[in-house]
Amino acid sequence: MINVSKLKQGIVIDHIKPGQGYKLFSQLGLDKLDDVVVLLRNVPSKKMGAKDLIKIETNLALDFDVLGLVDPGATVNYVEDGVRVKKISVALPNEVYGILECKNPRCISKTEHTDKIKFILFDSEKRVFKCEYCDSLTSL
Amino acid sequence: MLKGRHLIVPTDFTVDELNDLFRLADSIIANPSNYSDVCKGKLMASLFFEPSTRTKFSFDAAMYRLGGNVLGFSDPNTSSAAKGESLSDTTKTIANYVDLIVCRSPKEGAAKLMSKASSVPIINAGDGGHQHPTQTLTDLLTIRYYKKSLDNHVVGVCGDLKFGRTIHSLVKALSRYDNTRFIFISPEELKMPEYVTKELEGKIEFVQTDNLDKVMDKLDILYMSRVQRERFVSEEEYLRLKDYFILDQQKMQKAKSDLIVMHPLPRVNEISTEIDNDPRCVYFEQAKLGMYIRMALIMRLLGV
Repeated sequence: MINVSKLKQGIVIDHIKPGQGYKLFSQLGLDKLDDVVVLLRNVPSKKMGAKDLIKIETNLALDFDVLGLVDPGATVNYVEDGVRVKKISVALPNEVYGILECKNPRCISKTEHTDKIKFILFDSEKRVFKCEYCDSLTSL
Repeated sequence: MLKGRHLIVPTDFTVDELNDLFRLADSIIANPSNYSDVCKGKLMASLFFEPSTRTKFSFDAAMYRLGGNVLGFSDPNTSSAAKGESLSDTTKTIANYVDLIVCRSPKEGAAKLMSKASSVPIINAGDGGHQHPTQTLTDLLTIRYYKKSLDNHVVGVCGDLKFGRTIHSLVKALSRYDNTRFIFISPEELKMPEYVTKELEGKIEFVQTDNLDKVMDKLDILYMSRVQRERFVSEEEYLRLKDYFILDQQKMQKAKSDLIVMHPLPRVNEISTEIDNDPRCVYFEQAKLGMYIRMALIMRLLGV
C-alpha cells in the first residue's frame, strides 16, 4: 500500500469513480499547476469498493461544472491546518459554458468564432448535453 | 408582443403568439389590399448564403406585398463572406441599414449566432439540416386552414426524416397541440434522429414504420418530403434511397376522404403528378399560404 501524507492545506477531491481520476486531472488543468498534486487510482474504499482521489496542495478555484460533467458523484473537501473545513458534493450542471465542443461538422461553431458555447443538459442519466446553436447532442 | 423579437426555432413563439399570427394571416388572406402599404418605408435584408428560390421569393413577395423594400443577395460569393468576414460582423453591419434580416445558411445554428449580433429582428429562413421555422408556420397555417384546428390529428410524416429540417421543426411544433399522434414513415437509413424522438417519449404518441401503404388509411394529414441530394456525402446512397416512397393514385385510394397531403416543395419523384388534381393534395396552396404567414410575421416583428 502506497502512503500519501495527510494534507495540511488544500483540496481533496474524493469519491471519484475509478478510472475517472485522470480525466478529471486533465480536464481541471491540474497538469499545469506548479503546486503539489497527487492522483491516486484504485484506492480501496468501504463505500465504493475502489475509488480515485486527487490531493491538491493549494486553494485554487475549481471549475465545478467540469467536476459535475466528469463525475457528479465526487466530493470536494477543503482542508486548512490539517482539518477539513468544508465539504461540497458535486452535481451535474444544467448548463455548461466553454467546456464541451460541438461534434457536428456542420455546426456554425466549427467555422465561426464563438465565445464559450453553451451546452444544455439533455439526458442526465447518460450525461448528454445539447449544443445551443445546432441542438446536436454531445458528452464529455 | 412579437415586436423586435427573433424567430430562430418554431418554439421561440408561444401557442398564443402563433394563434395571433394565424389570425392576422386570416385577415390578410381575406383582404390583402388592406395591407398593401403597412410596411412603406421599411427595409428587409434577405441574406441567402445558399440557394433557395422558393423561400427567398416567398419572403421577398411578402415584403413587397406589404409595401416594403428588399435588398440582399442569394449568392454568398457576391457578399463580404467571400472576403473572409465573419458572420457576426456581417450581421452587425447590415443591421445598421435595415429594419429586419431574413437569413439562410448551410451552417446549422447560423441564425442563432446572427441573432446574438443583430440589433434588428432575425428570421431564420433555414440553417442547414437544423431548423426552418417559417416553413413550420406555413405548415401550421395550412393545417389550420384546411382542418380548422391544430388539435386531434394523426400526422404521417414520410420520407427523409433524418436530414429533413422542415420535418423536425414541424414535429416539435405540433407536439404542443392536444392529442397529436405521429406516424413516422421512412427507410431505416433515414429514420427520425434520436434528439427528436427523445423529446416526444412519454408525452406524444408516435410509431415508426417503413411501410407507407399500410398506414395510409389511418392518416388525417400526410406530410411528404423529398430525399435531399445536398445532405448526402455519397451519391450512391442518395440514388438508392431517393425513390423509396412514391405517393400515387393507388395509395391515395386507401386514404381518408378528408386527408390532406402536404409537401414543403420542391418535390422530385415522391409525389406522382397524377394525383396533383386530387383535392386532398394541397401542397401548391400550402406555398401560397406560406407567403401570407410571412406577411403576418414581418408585420408583427416590425410592430406595424
